[in-house]
Amino acid sequence: MRKQDFAHPELATVKVHGMSREAFLARATLAAGAVYGLGAVGPFVGKALAESATGLEATGDIAILNFALLLEHLESIFYDQARRRVSLDSDAQKLTEELALNEGAHVSALMTVIGTLGGQPTREPEVEFGDAFSSQTSYLKLAQTFEDTGVSAYNGAGPMLESKEALAAAGTIVQVEGRHAALIRMMRGQEPAPKAFDDALSIPQVRTRVAPFLVG
Amino acid sequence: METGDPAAAGTDTGNRGALARLVDDASSRKQFLRMVGGAGAAGAFATLAAACGEQDTPIGSTQRDPGTEDSFGPGDIGIVNYALTLEYLEQDFYEQIRKSGEVTNRALKKLIEEVYSNESEHVAALEKTAEQMGRPVVRPKTNFDSVLEGGQPKILSESAKVENLGASAYLGQAPRVSDRAVLAAALSIHTVEARHAAAFNKMAGEGFSGKGTLIGTIPDGPFAKPKTMQEVLKEAKKFLPEGIPELESPGA
Repeated sequence: MRKQDFAHPELATVKVHGMSREAFLARATLAAGAVYGLGAVGPFVGKALAESATGLEATGDIAILNFALLLEHLESIFYDQARRRVSLDSDAQKLTEELALNEGAHVSALMTVIGTLGGQPTREPEVEFGDAFSSQTSYLKLAQTFEDTGVSAYNGAGPMLESKEALAAAGTIVQVEGRHAALIRMMRGQEPAPKAFDDALSIPQVRTRVAPFLVG
Repeated sequence: METGDPAAAGTDTGNRGALARLVDDASSRKQFLRMVGGAGAAGAFATLAAACGEQDTPIGSTQRDPGTEDSFGPGDIGIVNYALTLEYLEQDFYEQIRKSGEVTNRALKKLIEEVYSNESEHVAALEKTAEQMGRPVVRPKTNFDSVLEGGQPKILSESAKVENLGASAYLGQAPRVSDRAVLAAALSIHTVEARHAAAFNKMAGEGFSGKGTLIGTIPDGPFAKPKTMQEVLKEAKKFLPEGIPELESPGA
């Protein structure tokens, strides 16, 4: 597909590279597990993943997943603080509790995947949300920024992931981020899906957007 | 890929066992997350990956699953044609809703206009992509009388189902796409379908999790569930009275 063929030009800038032998091996072995039951392939999966992890580190899957983990940490801390500190109406309180639970689960899942691939999960960052918690309005405004940015971060990172397993995991998370974004936008009286194609952002672009909320 | 994989093909005769339990049961997933880090970590990761939708054909499998991916062509063009078929369905759905005059609620009317516009853009982009790849599928015949006859409440609840189905369909295909550019496009559509699904469900007064598998603003909890082509087509076929049309002949 040529660059000008894209409905969304930003997507065409995504770096394209092939799947490594290691990722392919892991994929084939995991597929066998899906058919014959996990026990049958346990030892092979272990070996494939060990080999796969080497290839993944070289091409940056662990780094990408760790960046996703940083964003999930940020969101998780944000909602956990918001649900205790912001004066919210009952709908917003309910949504915030759900968001806190979801983002916490995303943190756990990503830490698991990164650890299993042989990586070191990035630590919880120190955060600074300014006066976002002074009102429901300012809190929801920042929440929308986080969710829309999260969607675009995953969509930008997805095609750069070498491992199909990492992509599948990221996919199950980003769909939920999209749903969060829509719910927050509606609560703010905004269109839930303002664009036909969600933006894809590069890691440096996302980093710039979240930098004001990270200390150090 | 659905071929030869009884679990993925949805025939429910295969040995899904632990994987199916993990996919279908939230408490199993939590248990999985708790147990990670131990000796079973590699296996557990495989379970997560499988639960997340990696349902590929083992090498050497020769079983076919006619009526699903074979109808759309092989590989990426097949996935694009499948997505295009679903987008045609969605576009027709909202077009007929708009023409029916059944929707009088202002907020719902506005949402349907927004979604219809998005779906039309998806159709245009996927048509172009399919043409460039050589073998576009033709627009299927659709029938939504059963929905339109139910009036506004039925239109709202079915819109929610259709969008949840669309989101799970894209999620199911993402790990199967080879070309990274096609993948990028699919991902950018996937989250828009998710937004639509959450919006309709919210408007329908649904909570986070709903009564059925395709209901709720965040119906699967923190991890969305993918659906295979066969699972999706099983849901969609009630709107496709003549089934999936043949592909346009290549090089025509």
